Amino acid sequence: MRRTAVVAILAGGALLAMLPLLRLPAFYESILYLALHWIVLATSWNILSGYSGYFSFGHGAFFGAGVYATAVLAGKFDWPFLATLPVAAAVATALGLALGAVVFRVRAVRGELFALLTLAVTFVLATIVLNTSIDGGPGVYLSAVPVPRIAPTQPGTFYLLALAAAVLALLAAYLVQHSKLGVGLFAIHDDEDAAEVMGVPTFRYKLAALAISCALAGLAGGVHAVFISYVTTGEVFSITVPLTVVLMSVLGGTRHWAGPAVGATVITALLYAFTKGDLALTGKATTGAVLIAAILFMPQGIVPRLLQRSPIPRRATARPNAVAAATSRAPAIATPSGAVLLRATGVAKSFAGVQALAGVDIEVRSGEILGLIGPNGSGKSTFINVVSGHYPTSAGSIEFDGREIAGLPAHRIARSGIARTYQIPRPFAHLSVRDNVAAAAMFGGAALSTARARIEAEHWLEFTGLAAKADVLPDALNLHQRKFLELARALASRPRLVLLDEVLCGLNPSEIDEAVGLIRRIRDAGSTVIFVEHVMRAVLALSDRIVVLNHGLLLAEGPAAQVLQRPDVMTAYLGTMHAARA
Amino acid sequence: MTWPSWNLLAQSALSGLFVGSLYGLIGLGLGLSWGLLRTINLAHFAFTFAAAYLCYQLSTQGGFDPLLTLLVIAPLFFVVGAALHWVMTRFEVSPFNSLLLTFGLTAIIEAGIQAIWSADFRRLESSYGQQKFKVGDLFVPVPELITLVMSAGLALALWAVLRHTDLGKSMRAAAQDAPIAAAFGVNQRALGLLLAGTCAALAGVAGVCLSLSFTLAPSQIYTWIGVVFATVMMGGLGTALGPLIAGVVIGVSEALTMAVTAPSWAPIVSFTLLIALLLLRPGKT
Repeated sequence: MRRTAVVAILAGGALLAMLPLLRLPAFYESILYLALHWIVLATSWNILSGYSGYFSFGHGAFFGAGVYATAVLAGKFDWPFLATLPVAAAVATALGLALGAVVFRVRAVRGELFALLTLAVTFVLATIVLNTSIDGGPGVYLSAVPVPRIAPTQPGTFYLLALAAAVLALLAAYLVQHSKLGVGLFAIHDDEDAAEVMGVPTFRYKLAALAISCALAGLAGGVHAVFISYVTTGEVFSITVPLTVVLMSVLGGTRHWAGPAVGATVITALLYAFTKGDLALTGKATTGAVLIAAILFMPQGIVPRLLQRSPIPRRATARPNAVAAATSRAPAIATPSGAVLLRATGVAKSFAGVQALAGVDIEVRSGEILGLIGPNGSGKSTFINVVSGHYPTSAGSIEFDGREIAGLPAHRIARSGIARTYQIPRPFAHLSVRDNVAAAAMFGGAALSTARARIEAEHWLEFTGLAAKADVLPDALNLHQRKFLELARALASRPRLVLLDEVLCGLNPSEIDEAVGLIRRIRDAGSTVIFVEHVMRAVLALSDRIVVLNHGLLLAEGPAAQVLQRPDVMTAYLGTMHAARA
Repeated sequence: MTWPSWNLLAQSALSGLFVGSLYGLIGLGLGLSWGLLRTINLAHFAFTFAAAYLCYQLSTQGGFDPLLTLLVIAPLFFVVGAALHWVMTRFEVSPFNSLLLTFGLTAIIEAGIQAIWSADFRRLESSYGQQKFKVGDLFVPVPELITLVMSAGLALALWAVLRHTDLGKSMRAAAQDAPIAAAFGVNQRALGLLLAGTCAALAGVAGVCLSLSFTLAPSQIYTWIGVVFATVMMGGLGTALGPLIAGVVIGVSEALTMAVTAPSWAPIVSFTLLIALLLLRPGKT
């Protein structure tokens, strides 16, 4: 599968490279050049924005950085044209990395705010270029730049350059989509916080996607500078570039590597069908109408729509042998039973003045099931959230297997062997149930390859009874199944410590029994479990030891049956009156 | 670089105030639609320009007073805006897709304008055009003053409606949590249509003001997008007074930058402000 698509892209490129030998009129080569040019730009945009959901309107800036890099080097410093192209890509990449290093650290800048911010960056860059010696105002003429004769004609040469860039862009898009990076980006698209807690290094992945995207855009810019032979800031940094690439990608489909290329081909063909008869205006209006129709009737894009119609036969869904081989397994590294696995000392967390945890000491021994109980607002879920790195601690230390993890980014905590579930399930909405679980196997402590992770996922789907639902989207699951999907995701990373946040809440009695059995089996497979729970029947049945929190402080700890009899625990739970009556 | 005289600076600040109030007026409808309807309406700019051209046509060919054309333009755009909103809700268009859809609409309107009025610059020569009066050492042009009064008046009126009437409270409630508001008896569909219509009518008013003091060309639609988005973001989504205040801040700082450096440096002010704001803002939208 992987190899066929790569070979197809390369073969298609090689075939199209023969075209200049046909000696077509220059007009056609120029149109084909433009189609390929837009394929590169749209595909490069999609690698960041389509995959990760960070819609950038700043593609004009990265493209423009490439245009002006070549314009300055070739036009003012007489560099050979081809030698400027790597520099154009590098300059755009550097710009993207600098921007990403700042912007991707700010949690609030997502969605439409990211789009706006990148748009603003484009205009700032345009103003700087316009007012400094990079351009200075009148634009840069490049008609004197010698173009190497790769093809018999000059338009043919540009066509070949754009073709090479397009092949590069499509290969990059394909390989990214089918790698760990791609799975991570799709996870970021659906729920960035959950992805980070699951072990996806979100910051690095976003930067990597941005860098690839910028490099390709810069390359396209470098080629285009000499193609148009006269560059001005008004044209280069106009809003048309980002809007056109967004339009092309959305039209073609942003969740498929080939989508933007299809969209780019359609739109370029459409625009040029109208230029022929001097109907540029009709062309513009038609493009607008096509966009509206696409959003209303095909919000997913052409390619996913076509794939839906004639589904590609799935590769063997069940692989009994592989599953059997993967079945009984201990967690990655087993710590000798009884040793302290997690030691929290003086852990505190406050939210704008509200003290959710006020200095808690908890020790968890390897191989035990620890119940964490307490009335609402006592800090149980906050404890799970700080241990998993979802929130940073305000004070205190958390040692996991002898190493300090307080203050580490969440994905590194996940990598070290801690997995969690969310009280309200947070599956990745656009990934199938199987891919949800496989993603956890890829990024958590297990850190499996994409292929092995899919096999591992089958095992945990079977373990949680979701095997029949492996190919559906999480939307199609009921609450009970979504809770079990959370469990499967947590377990697929083969954690040494599992944090379960009210997995039983909202389930009916028979579902609870099923879940209790499941949690026992998790421990029997070698994991240590901390579970937050209100269902006392389950707490008594499962826990080796319980810890009671109240008002962010540790109230009691010990064997469940004993601790629950203590008057102060009863008061905290039931209020003074009921406690007295009991 | 020579430091300009105080008089020139004051005159610049004043012209910044005027242009800023137009940013605010265009941003008013855009921000309300974004904040309360979750529709990022790029076509708002196209509506503004369509209204400006209509005003140009009616007063040049029909001989009407430009301000009188509002009687036709505002209701007309109300209907257009409500119709667009109806389509958006009918197809359940997501906020991001609304941006793309309205971009498509903008392209169509731009092509339409160009087909009717050509790509050449058009300038409305109205009776207000050349009028100005002097306050102290400063010149106050009448068309710009009209814009300022309209912008401030409409912003205040909308603020009062949103803040103090049941209608306005229902709108804000529906924006925060539509199903819950509906459970409390808020007719969200009707409110949405009303609000979308109002936003588009505001674009119509902004268009009339635009035609009073600016030259028109179809391609100019896009030059306003950046600065008005900056205005809306800075002012806060879904607020009535925010865009006006932010618009004035941006307008004045741009005008002063132009006076002190070169006019071509002006865009850097609003966009740097916008970037800084997005990065440093603590909360979410």
